[in-house]
Amino acid sequence: MSEQLLETIDLVKRFPIKRGFLGRPGATITAVDRVSLTIGQGETLGLVGESGCGKSTLGLTLMRLYEPTSGRVLFAGHDLTALKGEQFQRLRPQLQMIFQDPFASVDPRLTVEQIIREPLDIHQVGSMADRRKQVRHLADLVRLPTNALRRYPSEFSGGQQQRIGIARALALRPKLLICDEPVSSLDVSVQAQILNLLRDLQDEFQLSYLFISHNIAVTAFMSRQIGVMYLGRLVELGPAKAIVTEPRHPYTQALLRAVPEPDPARPKRLREMTGDVPSLIARPTGCPFHPRCPLAQAICTVEEPQLRTIAPDHQAACHFA
Amino acid sequence: MAAVVDVEPGISPAEERGSGSFSRAWVRFRRNKAAIAAAIFIVLQFLVAIFAQWLAPYNPYQGDYTATWQLPSSTHLLGTDDLGRDLLSRLIYGARVSLAVGVISQLVLLFIGIPIGAAAGLLGGWFDYLVQRVIDVLSSLPTLLFYILLLVTLGAGFKNIILAMALTGWMGIARIVRGQVLSLKETDFIRAARAMGGNTRHIIMVHLIRNTMTPVIVTATLGVPGAMFAEAGLSFLGLGIAPPETSWGQMIGAYQQYIQTFWHLTVFPALILAITMLAWVILGDALQDALSPSARR
Amino acid sequence: MTRYIVTRIVGLLGVLLAVSAITFFLMHSIPGGPFDVMGGDKAVQIPDDVKQQLLKLYGLDKPLWEQYLLFLRNALRLDFGYSFSSSGRTVLQIIAAQWPYSIQLGLLTLAFSLLVGLFLGITGAVKRNTWIDNLGTGVSIFCMVMPSFVLAVLLQFVFAVKLHWVPTGGWESPRQWILPVIANSLGPILTLHRYTRGSILDVLDANYVRTARAKGMSELRVLTVHVFRNALMPLVTVAGPMIAHLVVGSFFIESIFRIPGVGFYWVNAISKRDYPMIMASTVIWTALISLTYMLTDIVYTWVDPRIRLVKEQ
Repeated sequence: MSEQLLETIDLVKRFPIKRGFLGRPGATITAVDRVSLTIGQGETLGLVGESGCGKSTLGLTLMRLYEPTSGRVLFAGHDLTALKGEQFQRLRPQLQMIFQDPFASVDPRLTVEQIIREPLDIHQVGSMADRRKQVRHLADLVRLPTNALRRYPSEFSGGQQQRIGIARALALRPKLLICDEPVSSLDVSVQAQILNLLRDLQDEFQLSYLFISHNIAVTAFMSRQIGVMYLGRLVELGPAKAIVTEPRHPYTQALLRAVPEPDPARPKRLREMTGDVPSLIARPTGCPFHPRCPLAQAICTVEEPQLRTIAPDHQAACHFA
Repeated sequence: MAAVVDVEPGISPAEERGSGSFSRAWVRFRRNKAAIAAAIFIVLQFLVAIFAQWLAPYNPYQGDYTATWQLPSSTHLLGTDDLGRDLLSRLIYGARVSLAVGVISQLVLLFIGIPIGAAAGLLGGWFDYLVQRVIDVLSSLPTLLFYILLLVTLGAGFKNIILAMALTGWMGIARIVRGQVLSLKETDFIRAARAMGGNTRHIIMVHLIRNTMTPVIVTATLGVPGAMFAEAGLSFLGLGIAPPETSWGQMIGAYQQYIQTFWHLTVFPALILAITMLAWVILGDALQDALSPSARR
Repeated sequence: MTRYIVTRIVGLLGVLLAVSAITFFLMHSIPGGPFDVMGGDKAVQIPDDVKQQLLKLYGLDKPLWEQYLLFLRNALRLDFGYSFSSSGRTVLQIIAAQWPYSIQLGLLTLAFSLLVGLFLGITGAVKRNTWIDNLGTGVSIFCMVMPSFVLAVLLQFVFAVKLHWVPTGGWESPRQWILPVIANSLGPILTLHRYTRGSILDVLDANYVRTARAKGMSELRVLTVHVFRNALMPLVTVAGPMIAHLVVGSFFIESIFRIPGVGFYWVNAISKRDYPMIMASTVIWTALISLTYMLTDIVYTWVDPRIRLVKEQ
């Protein structure tokens, strides 16, 4: 086990819900609920779950784009949640992000060069000539064509645009990249290219990734460890291989069954997951998954299971795991 | 695994998607023949207004008492009025007023509307609430009625027209800027900029200004003929530009009753006013098309 | 729904309060008072003691804020007092007597604009890029750049003065209605043409129209069943406020064609410092227009089931 880079301890993010024209605060939804996880140096932690499960909120909270409600985030020996403006600003370059929609995450009115240079401009790295050189180097690194720099993002395909986003995220030489569904808006043929690029870059720069995706197959390809989230809770956490081959939580099992089977000859597996994700406002009592769980018993409606170790490095939050 | 073959389609034609640089907008603009004609007309009019002193054949304020009520002729190309003043010269000087009212009023509106709208969008909270209520109230005022009330209160004249327009017209721009800022605030590229450590100043200077410019420019350009229209209407009622200064609207109003015999005093100002407004409308529409081609069919 | 309507009514009252206050204080800051000169004759000054008595009679000697509160109290009972300029008539009587002229002018204008605007908009969209579409665009541009008072003057010149086809002004016979209605309908025609054409083109592109055509529905049925029904709905949002603006009269048209409507009287009231008249027309005007906006929004939810008034978030 390599040295750990990021650790969250009981991280919670709640949002107030306002209603009416003056707004009556008070009611809140809990998007991220007591999540504790760690990411090692040069490693990838995958985070899977259906949309609305809080995985993107978790990523944005780590970036301090949302202020955490409670809990702590330790990053390279610093307590991120305790750092104030100036100090946090100095640490920021080590922590960068890639967004889901590559077109929406770049300003359409800037040239590709200006986009990739933006983080260098913000942190005033070197002289303008240095920055330009650095931008060319980054463009090479993500395999953008050399004539791309003077063009505008709208002239590129989705995959190329994501390359621009990756180059921008790498500009400040980060240690941790938070990849929020980096390939889910791309064509399948392009997805593989971007995933391979991310893996190459990881090897080259000893990067750590928090890889957020709703696609468990993609996540397994990318990650050493996988965390499964449901309604803001981490319900299973373990080595990617174990999660895929012997999932312990019924929700993880359901997610795996939903992966399309490439071989039509193999028999369809039964026990599809039924029902929709409950809303965060009307959260079920007890285990949040019990209304949809094929194994649910009386205890599940009353008592919420906690994450517990069921195998080395493997934890699950289920009474029957 | 390392060798990735890039099979993605290359670079698509410039005008296919989205919006981009102003140079690309210029390429699109240049293709629009009517817009070029309108732009040339407006530039010429600016030149005429600036060099009115040298271009006008006669003094527009000084009448020739031996040549009153002249129909168009070779000495007075467009004729003269009741005091023997040359109509062509008066129209040339009138261009100054029309353009000045049109352009200056819009600049003042931008000056008031942009900061208020941007602040409301950025700060949110009680300030935004307050601004929105003020905008609600001011927008439900019957505009023309308030122009008239204000001008009767303040007195006729150039400065007061601008003031009246500024007080009743800044809400449009403010609303657009606020809306843009609010929707931009939620975009991923602003989020990305904050994730990189960009502060509010950086976000305003690099992203917000660039991205709100298009609708603001279009609105202001289309506001110019609106302001000219209002000035002409107010001057027509005798509340706008006060003599001896003159404007096209004032001339139309003043000589309307003599139209039976001295039609030229009304018809020529009316024509030049209509053509000028047409030019600005075409220019505004063309800018819209050129700057945000996806916004309309 | 009830909650929404209540919120809107509260907002409306706030707007009326603000507008009446702005008008009130603005009006009183106009230099000169109503009793400086006698009956519009600038040469005859009213003696000072008479003036004091008159001011007292109309309550103009009290402090401004007290006058404003008094106005508010009376306005709640729809009592706007006596007009200063036409003695013996209350403001409400004057408005009741003159408004029908403005309403007539407005409704005739509406009918004419609907006829022209809808015809050009519909035919233009259905037969896109033909001569009729180009005609519509031409008319639309004309309406945009021709100020109504300029057109009014030109029409008067050509058809009344030169050709003697119609009288130059007045409002007694239908022959006198033609020119004012045409001049007044520039704005409405522009709006109606643009909206109709634009929204029909949008609908013609929609998938359900393509489906209808693909399954072999006749073009006429496609248009009547699918296109018009969906395309003309957004018109409700523009039609409401348009009607409100039309029935409150027009300063220009009414004064150029000597139509004794409320617009004409309002301009008069300002020059004569007729405070009660100015206040009453401004407040009634604003109320009417704001009310129409509100009703339009509510009606629109009935017409279009997709819109919900309750604000999310």
